[in-house]
Amino acid sequence: MVFKSPVEGIEEKFEMIQILNEDGKIVNEDAMPDLSDDDLVELMRRMVYTRVLDQRSIALNRQGRLGFYAPTAGQEASQLGSQFALEQDDFILPGYRDVPQLIWQGLPLYQAFLFSRGHYHGNQMPEDVQALSPQIIIGAQITQAAGVALGMKRRGKKNVAITYTGDGGASQGDFYEGVNFAGAYQAPAIFIVQNNRFAISVPVEKQSAAKTIAQKSVAMGIPGFLVDGMDVLAVYKVVQEARERAVNGDGPTLIETLTYRYGPHTMAGDDPTRYRTEDMDSEWEKKDPIVRFRKFLEDKGLWSEEKENEVMEKAKEEIKTAIKKADKQEKQSVTELISIMHEELPVNLKEQMEEYKEKESK
Amino acid sequence: MAEMTMIQAITDALRTELKNDDNVLVFGEDVGQNGGVFRATEGLQDEFGEERVFDTPLAESGIIGMSVGLSTQGYRPVPEIQFFGFVFEAMDAVVGQSARMRYRSGGRWHAPITIRSPFGGGVHTPELHADSLEGFMTQAPGLRVVIPSGPYDAKGLLISSIRNNDPVIFLEHMKLYRSFREEVPEDEYTIDLDKANVVRKGTDMTLVAYGAMVHSSIKAAEELEEEGISCEVIDLRTVSPIDIDTILESVKKTNRAVVVQEAQRQAGVAAGIVAEIQERAILHLEAPVFRVTAPDTVYPFSQAEEVWLPDHQDIKEKVKESMNF
Ligand SMILES: Cc1ncc(C[n+]2csc(CCOP(=O)(O)OP(=O)(O)O)c2C)c(N)n1
Ligand SMILES: [Mg+2]
Repeated sequence: MVFKSPVEGIEEKFEMIQILNEDGKIVNEDAMPDLSDDDLVELMRRMVYTRVLDQRSIALNRQGRLGFYAPTAGQEASQLGSQFALEQDDFILPGYRDVPQLIWQGLPLYQAFLFSRGHYHGNQMPEDVQALSPQIIIGAQITQAAGVALGMKRRGKKNVAITYTGDGGASQGDFYEGVNFAGAYQAPAIFIVQNNRFAISVPVEKQSAAKTIAQKSVAMGIPGFLVDGMDVLAVYKVVQEARERAVNGDGPTLIETLTYRYGPHTMAGDDPTRYRTEDMDSEWEKKDPIVRFRKFLEDKGLWSEEKENEVMEKAKEEIKTAIKKADKQEKQSVTELISIMHEELPVNLKEQMEEYKEKESK
Repeated sequence: MAEMTMIQAITDALRTELKNDDNVLVFGEDVGQNGGVFRATEGLQDEFGEERVFDTPLAESGIIGMSVGLSTQGYRPVPEIQFFGFVFEAMDAVVGQSARMRYRSGGRWHAPITIRSPFGGGVHTPELHADSLEGFMTQAPGLRVVIPSGPYDAKGLLISSIRNNDPVIFLEHMKLYRSFREEVPEDEYTIDLDKANVVRKGTDMTLVAYGAMVHSSIKAAEELEEEGISCEVIDLRTVSPIDIDTILESVKKTNRAVVVQEAQRQAGVAAGIVAEIQERAILHLEAPVFRVTAPDTVYPFSQAEEVWLPDHQDIKEKVKESMNF
């Protein structure tokens, strides 16, 4: 063969970025983000809180008190480290698993529960939260993110659009289109691919011949990074820099976070033992984002068991209150549904509105 | 004969055709080792190997586009779209490409693809998992659209679909997957793809339905029988093409009809059937042909499903409206 591929071995250029290792030790002092002690404690508080929320949500789902739920345990660093780098006016386009980012951006907990129950009020973001509701159609949010970012750029805003998908989602045509569009327009977008190694049951190795997802940035002509998604400091730092580039007019970034979901894909009957081994589970649990960050903070004298218990108790209390509030929400009716389909009711729905008013009054 | 659920009958049909023809390939998201999210392909990878039954990358447009390409190499792809709401991702590959393959190559190529996919409401699936989108598909010339109402039909219709040399959309109502069992022959058998099935004889009223609504219609018919109204129930089995002759034969006897669909009212399968009946049998009718449908909104995940979905009560009401016309 005369010609050799110019990108052979490209994946070697995408070394995993890590700041805090599994033992809670800083391995990359130079990259250490500029975070105050309060910030560090707040990051930990959010991760612990979110882990409790996940456990409670799973339990509530099993009791039939929640609807659709995609477990998040294991992915806290990836989800919350990236969200922590955002400003309040940045725009989030989440996937179905990315409810925690919305909550920490300001979506009230009871609304997150209503989203799970399929009540549209759960999708109504508060005024100060710039976000779409979690996307169910894999990849749809990625092209939209390019549009949000381009719009922000044209409006002269100093904000970014951040969107999340998974290792499976990175196979969708929409993924390539969205990232490429953002590159073509040098739009301020951040594309996070949370590579938790599985798309439901399908291992990431079956998604692509490429060894990393981060390297796909090469083809789009934009910066791309492979990050330890169990290391909250590394995720924060890489996203924070991506944000800085974006608002300075230097275009989008693709970030792959290596992570793992401990639970089932969703609570709708997925059985991970059909496609994952216990060995693999425990290998990843050793990398746990909370365990290593706890060690780090305890060494610095910033965290204690007491403090953690306090956070957990508070989380449980707030979850209880939020569920009560969600329970009080009146069930969505068909007439309500009809009324939110259009700005102005078209004739067919005017007629159907009357029909269902009568039906629902019975 | 064995008692099977519809999901078992589907697996059985896939197994039958995988055995019969080396060109049959079964693939999609999670269909391999996991056996599909509903276990429709359970055990098939173990039995036939990863060359024949395999996972694809996560991309519906890729799955169907690849099926079109495989067709040119003599394969008979049986791809799965994990939930039919995701077909929008593959709309060009399905409607713009596979359905036109024979036409645009003047018959040089064809696309013997059977796209299997779960759909239908009432099982608390999230957004775009429950929608009845068969109406969109029936608008596409070149496609067949098949919707079984139970285990026996599912096996026979799926085997016929796989053997058909044109693209077939095979829609499996999720509510029927495990709701009841039926005698299903262990041997292979086929069911015509353009013949409706009269599942209940009656003299006063023709109920036309498909999928899960066949069962709501039968239930309505049973209750109406006690009130002295005798309903004939027709299970369409295929919504493209529509077996209008079987419908007309019944309507000419009963002089009344109600067409039932789970989908929204506007356009859609029922609207087409109503038009066909009035064009061909207006002088036989004693009352307008009515429809029972869902309203013209998106499918309401989990919150208002029971009111939104048409049920046997809605059918009974419409039947009475027709009888009293
Ligand atoms: C367009 C589309 N296709 C398929 C699905 C069904 N589905 C839901 S999640 C999922 C796997 C996604 O895996 P990944 O992108 O890795 O994200 P993860 O769930 O692991 O976070 C699939 C196939 C869907 N929701 N949308
Ligand atoms: Mg994944």
